[in-house]
Amino acid sequence: MDKILEVKDLHVDFDTYNGVVHAIRGVSFHLNAGETLAIVGESGSGKSITVRSILQLLAKNGTISKGEVLYHGDDLLQKTDKEMDKLRGNKISMIFQDPMTSLDPTMTIGKQVAEPLLIHNNVSKKDALKRAEEVLRLVGIPNPKARMNDYPHQFSGGQRQRIVIAIAIVDYPEILIADEPTTALDVTVQAQIIDLLKELQQKIGTSIIFITHDLGVVAGIADRVAVMYAGRLVEFGSVNDIFYNPQHPYTWGLLDSMPTLDTNESDRLNSIPGTPPNLLNPPKGDAFAPRNAYAMEIDEEQQPPFFKVSKHHYAATWLLHPNAPKVTPPASILNRYEKFKKLGGNVK
Amino acid sequence: MADERQVIVSVKNLKQYFNIGKPNMVKAVDDVSFDIYKGETFGLVGESGSGKSTTGRSIIRLYNPTDGHIYFNGQDISKIKSHGSKMKEFRREMQMIFQDPYASLNPRMKVKDIIAEGLDVHHLVKNDDERDKRVRELLDMVNLNPEHMTRYPYEFSGGQRQRIGIARALAVDPQFIIADEPISALDVSIQAQVVNLMQDIQKKQGLTYLFIAHDLSMVKYISDRIAVMYRGKIVELADSDEIYNNPLHPYTQSLLSAIPVPDPEIETKRTRIDFDHKRPFEDDQRLQEVLPGHFLYCNDEKAASFKNNK
Repeated sequence: MDKILEVKDLHVDFDTYNGVVHAIRGVSFHLNAGETLAIVGESGSGKSITVRSILQLLAKNGTISKGEVLYHGDDLLQKTDKEMDKLRGNKISMIFQDPMTSLDPTMTIGKQVAEPLLIHNNVSKKDALKRAEEVLRLVGIPNPKARMNDYPHQFSGGQRQRIVIAIAIVDYPEILIADEPTTALDVTVQAQIIDLLKELQQKIGTSIIFITHDLGVVAGIADRVAVMYAGRLVEFGSVNDIFYNPQHPYTWGLLDSMPTLDTNESDRLNSIPGTPPNLLNPPKGDAFAPRNAYAMEIDEEQQPPFFKVSKHHYAATWLLHPNAPKVTPPASILNRYEKFKKLGGNVK
Repeated sequence: MADERQVIVSVKNLKQYFNIGKPNMVKAVDDVSFDIYKGETFGLVGESGSGKSTTGRSIIRLYNPTDGHIYFNGQDISKIKSHGSKMKEFRREMQMIFQDPYASLNPRMKVKDIIAEGLDVHHLVKNDDERDKRVRELLDMVNLNPEHMTRYPYEFSGGQRQRIGIARALAVDPQFIIADEPISALDVSIQAQVVNLMQDIQKKQGLTYLFIAHDLSMVKYISDRIAVMYRGKIVELADSDEIYNNPLHPYTQSLLSAIPVPDPEIETKRTRIDFDHKRPFEDDQRLQEVLPGHFLYCNDEKAASFKNNK
């Protein structure tokens, strides 16, 4: 498969009142053409900052101190602002989390959807508006011709998110970055938006980077999954690898702390104790060690490298080291391993 | 069995309208009735705008109900005056945990003053030593370090702040707590911590919860019974297992079919049930018991069909 985007050893620092926060500490991943990559992790893990770095949309106090972002082999970090402007909203676009604040309240939605075309392409206003109408129909806004002249406040939350998606795809981008696009929405609307994104991907062949903390959503939309913790990736692989053969204790914890519909009230939820580390002073060893029931001495001392689990599945935990003692994952994870075997996978 | 259980909160024909008499009148809660039994967790679910939060806020009398009655331990509290001594008495028994742990704690107050505010208002402690002792107990109860009582809210994470909110609600030793989306703003790994804590405290103190949320999998896990709200009405009410295994109202079915499950195989096979939002409520429909303990908003004919099927 073609690698359309590759992020290599990304480091991002933020200069704050309290000192320098090392928000991203060496993140590498790639995006294949036509696939959906989900990045999951809790707030503060650095998933939003990672994708904002791709488009260089960091806050003023943030700097990319190291790394490469290769788009078709071209390093985006070497590009000037002007060159980046040509890519943003054209080749690579972004959907933001909050549909309430990402639209301009003083501008009709027809104009907002047509704007990227007028900026990037040499099209007439008439053609741009016509295209905007098509795209609004595509994302499921009823009666788009009449509603083009309405303002954002005249739409519901779910419809506004559809409009934000329309703006992002109006120029048929190669890469669509969706930063928690459904978190602010009700479950029924969320399901509709996810169906819409899948449908659009098939129609226009966009590759999607989908950021979320909801593993249920990930299971429905992703081809591959990357799990982030404290500014680093801790595990990545295909959606089946991550859900049925997870290897990192943090991934175990995330999967284990969600109640499924079979969880009874008498069962206690398994929670991950404690809170994520402060990245003002990143820990020397594995950042997850203080919250990790499976942590070993080496976790305090040394950052674990990525160990290969299968061809496309890697996890950064010392538990995968040949000399590590054998541990038993939580019961719900063992159930997932059983499912993995049924699907024809090899569990170590 | 239902008769043996003691009703702690009884809501009868509650109506909560806003902008009455104006063109933009909203019937946020429209003729809602239900009972909450002592010691149970009653889940209230629905989409944003369904009226679930308004119902909770009316029960604790943050609003003056437009019509209907709310009984707490048999006493009608729907008409008591906002600033009288009766209201003060009642507020001691009923407390609230809010959704946003950032907006619901005063940033200029120390944690110990936030938690002890209820103690001061109700004169539950005699002196500062006693006050500090009680705050320490409460912080200990919610698994926070009592040494941190002199810190300010900004020094805590979201999950820790929510614990402070819980400690504040517990300070006055209430019988009944309304938790309005208490975990929605928290990360998955932290949600489980807070839910476990709420359950531990419930067992220890014999509390009753009204748990308002839109995260259906968590509501199912924590609740004994669940009511589903849609456009200001309860459309279905039953034991939580019954709601999930045998949903009768098309809206409940649609809501359940949209819950994302962390399992790719289930997700790829999912079929979503669409709900026709244009379908209005009919005049001859009301909430009625169609199966034992299972209430459905429907007309008499439909209700009779369930009885005949048995």
